[in-house]
Amino acid sequence: MTRSFDIAAVVVVVVLTLGIGSYGLRLARTTTDFLVASRGVSPLWNASAISGEYLSAASFLGIAGLVLAYGADMLWYPVGFVAGYVVLLLFVAAPLRRSGAFTVPDFAEARLGSPLVRRLASLLVVGIGWLYLVPQLQGAGLTLRAVIDVPVWVGAVVVTVVVTVNVVGGGMRAATFVQAFQYWLKLTAITVPAVFLLLAWQGDGAPDLAGPAGPVFRVATTLHLNDPVTVVVPEQVAVTSDGRPEVLEPGPRRLEARTVVFPAGAAVPQVQGIERATGDRWARPLSGAGGREHPLYATYALVLGIFLGTLGLPHVLVRFYTNPDGAAARRTTLVVLLLLGTFYLLPALYGALGRLYAPELLLTGNTDAVVLTLPAAMIGGTFGALLQALLVAGAFAAFLSTSSGLLVSTAGVLVRDVLSGTVRDFRRATLVAAVVPLLLALLATGLSVGQVVGLAFAVAASTFCPLLVLGIWWRGLTGPGAAAGLIVGGGLSVTAVLATLTGVVDHGWPAVLLAQPAAWTVPTAFAVMIVGSLLTRRQVPAGVARTMLTMHAPEALGLTGRPFTRDRSSP
Amino acid sequence: MPDRPVRVTVTSPRTGAVRRPGGPQVLRAVDEQDVVGDLLLRSLVRAQLLLALRLSAAFVVVLGGLPLLFALAPASRDVQVLGLALPWLVLGVLVYPVLWSGGWLYVRLAERHERDFVDLVQRG
Repeated sequence: MTRSFDIAAVVVVVVLTLGIGSYGLRLARTTTDFLVASRGVSPLWNASAISGEYLSAASFLGIAGLVLAYGADMLWYPVGFVAGYVVLLLFVAAPLRRSGAFTVPDFAEARLGSPLVRRLASLLVVGIGWLYLVPQLQGAGLTLRAVIDVPVWVGAVVVTVVVTVNVVGGGMRAATFVQAFQYWLKLTAITVPAVFLLLAWQGDGAPDLAGPAGPVFRVATTLHLNDPVTVVVPEQVAVTSDGRPEVLEPGPRRLEARTVVFPAGAAVPQVQGIERATGDRWARPLSGAGGREHPLYATYALVLGIFLGTLGLPHVLVRFYTNPDGAAARRTTLVVLLLLGTFYLLPALYGALGRLYAPELLLTGNTDAVVLTLPAAMIGGTFGALLQALLVAGAFAAFLSTSSGLLVSTAGVLVRDVLSGTVRDFRRATLVAAVVPLLLALLATGLSVGQVVGLAFAVAASTFCPLLVLGIWWRGLTGPGAAAGLIVGGGLSVTAVLATLTGVVDHGWPAVLLAQPAAWTVPTAFAVMIVGSLLTRRQVPAGVARTMLTMHAPEALGLTGRPFTRDRSSP
Repeated sequence: MPDRPVRVTVTSPRTGAVRRPGGPQVLRAVDEQDVVGDLLLRSLVRAQLLLALRLSAAFVVVLGGLPLLFALAPASRDVQVLGLALPWLVLGVLVYPVLWSGGWLYVRLAERHERDFVDLVQRG
């Protein structure tokens, strides 16, 4: 029965998404409509859409999983996700909107007059877009496997198909309606179960969430293992493996049985890579709980990467072009801060409850599933199944909305820079933009959703953040300087990402520096851009004063009739 | 279509209206970016950038100071407030209204700068 609820939830979300999308289809006529909804979306709609698009698998599932595994330091993830919008508001929102550019490559070319920078920016948009799409598709695969037990590829394919159909059908106008709806769905889906989970926790005598012990099985627990897993057994425990009694001795051990039954009260053996921590240690910041090395550096680097990476995410930026003017772009961002702050109050709660009620996830390592697991573990029955279905709906809304935002922006760049700029080509570009990450998601498995998303932020922070901030505020930025900064910042951060994903370096300072690269790649990229521009001072674009006027002069003066865009389809 | 004459509407000047001298000239100065106009624009950009930098500095001190506080005064990690550990209360709840207030303050001040600029340019 649980299964049919969950399937129904997925179907309802998919049908609503496509239904609202086809409503938008009737309104989309020109390329401008497709890409930025003709810039006529009101602040509340637009803010809901921005938030809906932004709350991805990492927010809905990933944060809770990270908190469950690594404790208090992970609270910085949601803080960074919101604070990133404050940085965006302070340095980018209004001037970027006034520039009238659709995409970062448009901005780069109009501001610097350099086709090289434009091409580099296009490459980065597509790269970051794909890096961010992969964990969304994998999250979808893991979710469907966790709740209805289908192979991982099913979820990834479902999300890819729905999103592609939707974007090909209606473009951004459709996406605006769909994503506004999906924000409210996600907020409902995370809030309502949280209320009942808290009541259930109260009813259970409100046990200490950060008690002195390490994680234990509160009740006898039967585990179904899809794949063999290597765990560290903390203390001797008698279990039943595939029906036969077995004693697990302390130390590392590979579990190959399909079904393992642990008795109530047993200490939870944890997967290698997530060290066992006492409750006090888990609840305390900078304690390195879960086995994180050099937590103070890691915290600062993580926070910096997320703060500065948000304003470089392609699907976030393209949204700001749908505001009618610069002032509306600021107001929209304020509403976004409110909507996101409300949502982010809750994921950490799921992580904390999960340590008590779903500790088996620390054994399987599938901590991203904690949000989906709790209703069955704490409430159960038909009501628990309904709550779980609601969470599945929210998670699917997260995969669909973020993926369509990323797809619109990567396809937008492909159509403007690779193909020739008609509606038909936008559709073809969307197919290309969707198939590549699907293949990547099917080939590269076993990556944590939160981690990959963090790396996408680091690349964005090391490239688009300096390009936008210097481009908007400093007249001295030159094409060669910007190109050098993009190459160095992008090169360093992508190298760090690849080294981390392949696990070449796995301990000590080098591993920490590569896993959280923003603290050194962002300052390097800024420095290279500034020094490179100073060295090529004669190449400051001739029209820079006019560009600054366009970006900074209030609309009330009536001067901003010279936007950057190359809008070929409208008269 | 450069060779077709531009259509204009001719109306009588509003000689009866109150006019402050200088307005249109300053607007043109900004639009055509002569020395005065460029100077005015530079002052607006500088004011907006300084505002953004000041607010960021405040956020860096408040948010960036938290890990340092936890590192230098380990007792702060375990303080209990309203039944919650201090780090969880601050990072899980309080930080969001603080971020929103900072954003709200920024929008207010940035819009004031722009209004001042418009007044300056239009009224001379």
